[in-house]
Amino acid sequence: MAATKNTKRSGASAPFGLELRSVSKSFGPIQANQNIDLAVERGTIHGIVGENGAGKSTLMNILYGMHRADEGEMLIDGAVTQIKSSADAIALGIGMVHQHFMLVPRFTVVENVMLGSEGGVLLKEGRAHTLDTLQSLSDTYGMHVDPNALVGDLNVGNRQRVEILKALKHGADILILDEPTGVLTPQETEQLFEILRSLRADGKTVLMITHKLEEIMSVTDNVSIMRRGEMVGHRKTSATSTQELAELMVGRSVLLEVDRGTSSPGDTALSVENLTAVSSTGVTEIDGISFDVRAGEILGIAGVSGNGQTPLMEILGGMRAPTSGRVRMLGHQIDKDHLVGPEDLRDSGLGHIPEDRHHHGLILDFLAQENMIFGYHHDPQTGSGILINPKTIADHTQGLMDHFDIRPPNPELPARNFSGGNQQKIVIAREMHPNPKVLIVGQPTRGVDVGAIEFIHKQLIALRDQGCAIVLVSVELDEVMSLSDRIIVMNDGHIVGELANAEFDENRIGLMMAGIAEDAA
Amino acid sequence: MSGPTPDLPRWADLYLLPAINLIMALIVSGIVIALIGENPFEALGVMINGAFFFGDSLGYTLYYTTNFIFTGLAVATAFNALLFNIGGEGQAYIGGLFAALAAFAIGPIFPWFIALPLVVAAAALGGAAWAFIPGLLQAKRDSHIVITTIMFNFLAASLMVSLLSGSLMQPGQQSPQTAPLPDAALMPSGTWLFGWLGIDADRTPLNLSFLVALGCLYLYWLLIWRTRLGYEIRAVGKNPDAAKYAGINVPRIIIITMLISGAFAGMMAVNEILGVHEKVILNFTAGYGFTGIAVALMGRNHPVGIFLASLLFGALFQGGLELDFEFQVITREMVLLIQGLIILFSGALAYMMQKPLARAIHAIMRKPSLEDTHG
Repeated sequence: MAATKNTKRSGASAPFGLELRSVSKSFGPIQANQNIDLAVERGTIHGIVGENGAGKSTLMNILYGMHRADEGEMLIDGAVTQIKSSADAIALGIGMVHQHFMLVPRFTVVENVMLGSEGGVLLKEGRAHTLDTLQSLSDTYGMHVDPNALVGDLNVGNRQRVEILKALKHGADILILDEPTGVLTPQETEQLFEILRSLRADGKTVLMITHKLEEIMSVTDNVSIMRRGEMVGHRKTSATSTQELAELMVGRSVLLEVDRGTSSPGDTALSVENLTAVSSTGVTEIDGISFDVRAGEILGIAGVSGNGQTPLMEILGGMRAPTSGRVRMLGHQIDKDHLVGPEDLRDSGLGHIPEDRHHHGLILDFLAQENMIFGYHHDPQTGSGILINPKTIADHTQGLMDHFDIRPPNPELPARNFSGGNQQKIVIAREMHPNPKVLIVGQPTRGVDVGAIEFIHKQLIALRDQGCAIVLVSVELDEVMSLSDRIIVMNDGHIVGELANAEFDENRIGLMMAGIAEDAA
Repeated sequence: MSGPTPDLPRWADLYLLPAINLIMALIVSGIVIALIGENPFEALGVMINGAFFFGDSLGYTLYYTTNFIFTGLAVATAFNALLFNIGGEGQAYIGGLFAALAAFAIGPIFPWFIALPLVVAAAALGGAAWAFIPGLLQAKRDSHIVITTIMFNFLAASLMVSLLSGSLMQPGQQSPQTAPLPDAALMPSGTWLFGWLGIDADRTPLNLSFLVALGCLYLYWLLIWRTRLGYEIRAVGKNPDAAKYAGINVPRIIIITMLISGAFAGMMAVNEILGVHEKVILNFTAGYGFTGIAVALMGRNHPVGIFLASLLFGALFQGGLELDFEFQVITREMVLLIQGLIILFSGALAYMMQKPLARAIHAIMRKPSLEDTHG
């Protein structure tokens, strides 16, 4: 369906490239967007920041025609438009680069880019045309990708370029990027920003959603801040600071740095020796890594996701046996012939906060109180004999909800109905409450709002001070750097470097994350 | 953010939605009856009368209900672990075989209060045994349970034909059925129970299995919602990856769930074989195993829902016969059509009205709950 256009001019001077006026959207009783005003100038990079659940993604989905606004109007170059589908959005020159790439891994770059505009019955002509377009685009914006490479073989940064090329090929003048740097190394992020700057130089408009304030500061011209479904401020980037943005986002001052205190590590609590993991498809995911973690110490594992952290977490959590090598902890030795299951490990004092709370940590359809005993449901305290007592686990959950400030404090609400931060707090409360001797933590604050991040970080430090050995895996370099006593960096299944707290340096770690090992000293 | 469609409140999902589905099926059935020249309201009256009020009809209705409770529970149990057990038919069949074998073996030796429980247990064991292999194949080999349970229905049917016309056939007879079962292995009839209570009731197929079925509904509720095993079954059904993280042995739970599911299906044979026929006959399962799928869907896997859906289908079976009897133009096929429409609307199209209904309910209740869902 073609978008309707009429020419109602707004204002006297040059109209904004993209303008929203009083846009509201609700899902049932949840007001996701309320009276949103947004004005984006042509040829600028405009950032949108906000906590998780602030309504950023809803707003972008309205712009891209995935949702329709309940109220309000949208103007492109001063003309009121209606975007009813993503096809309308593309026709109006809006392109979107999703957080999770929408690419076919088994297609080549050209095939992916031409998807949706193949032209004709035979592919030959469309392919030639696409190759030409790709060539000129990559020359103009410095985005070099081998057009005949399989997308599945490309690294994440290059896949993202393919997404951007795809949008540009479809004629995008306004490019929306949803959390574009989530999976990139610092170097790849900087390269992305170079591309965005050259797009801007060519007159393109970029709208970037992120929750990383430093990125807003380094690349955007203007920034809009969202909180609880409302737009709470617009700033010129040059006239604001990360501190001000953070305050606007959460509505109060937050401590961005964690008070780590000093750690006093004890004996070795967890020891990994020559650990190797080969996937069922024969890919070597972990390649002979060794490290120790001492009691009362946080070991951070930095690295771009997909470099072996996930299989490492699964092995440490007892969910998967190593292919070779061994793990010693809590009186167990885990190797390929001796898999100690999650239940035995928990009984011995392991806590495991998994990387993905939706797929592993929680059952979203279960009540909060059912989730609060997940993995501990055989404990005698949860009931008698073969029965689980709902009253007992409700009381138990109520206590933890008060202690960990989980809102709403209703044990009988399904986990699905909690916000991301409160869902994560349910997992954290469950895994921390038994006072584990070893805790493995993956992405503890992914998709969690700033207020909850601060709380979670404090809890981790407190547990460390009680003598727990903590392994922290996070793609947020800031988080790893501010919490860890030591950092090891993983790339392609190897440990490429180890740094003590005093040596932490973003550039050094970034290079290691990209796989550039320092000379072994 | 909960996505574009709001959730349906639990009460509406459990009661309102099935009621709407039923009404839609009745409306379409009414149109069909009107098209062939009969008064749909009169026909409905005959059906209700014929299912509940006319003579001994209630006994027949509850007898059918008993079958549907067992097969409905079989489907519902498996569904909690997201397993679609289509094999209730075959499992009930083999349950009947085990019951008969046990009855012949121990019936003549023990008094009824020992023999009967053992024979009932044998029926459950037979059903469980027949569900075990599909469960094992699903757990260890990822062979889809729908395919294997369907195949096992055919295997059971062939096996029973061969046995009932072969080694198990009553000596000196020509029909494919076993010899009468020993008295000690038989379920007391409803007439006997009512007589014992001092009530004079007509002889109907209703027997004590009905009370066993009600007990099984309670056990099912207890198992799924109150036991550690039920917790693990639900966890596997909702999120097998998370179940693995929590240390739940997923293949083991799949096998156990299928055993329990098969046991419930096998119990259907108790009603038919021990309660009514008093011998194993060919095709005594008569499609009740398949109707159990519609019962579980309509009953939303909840014991109360399963009971109400079983009662509905029991009434349909019994009232349908009455309809066939009363009206010249309404044939047996027409009754099957009406039953089919109800299965279609409450089974296959069970969630057709879910979204419109959810939107309607939220539109009505929007204002009062604006605050408490946020955050």
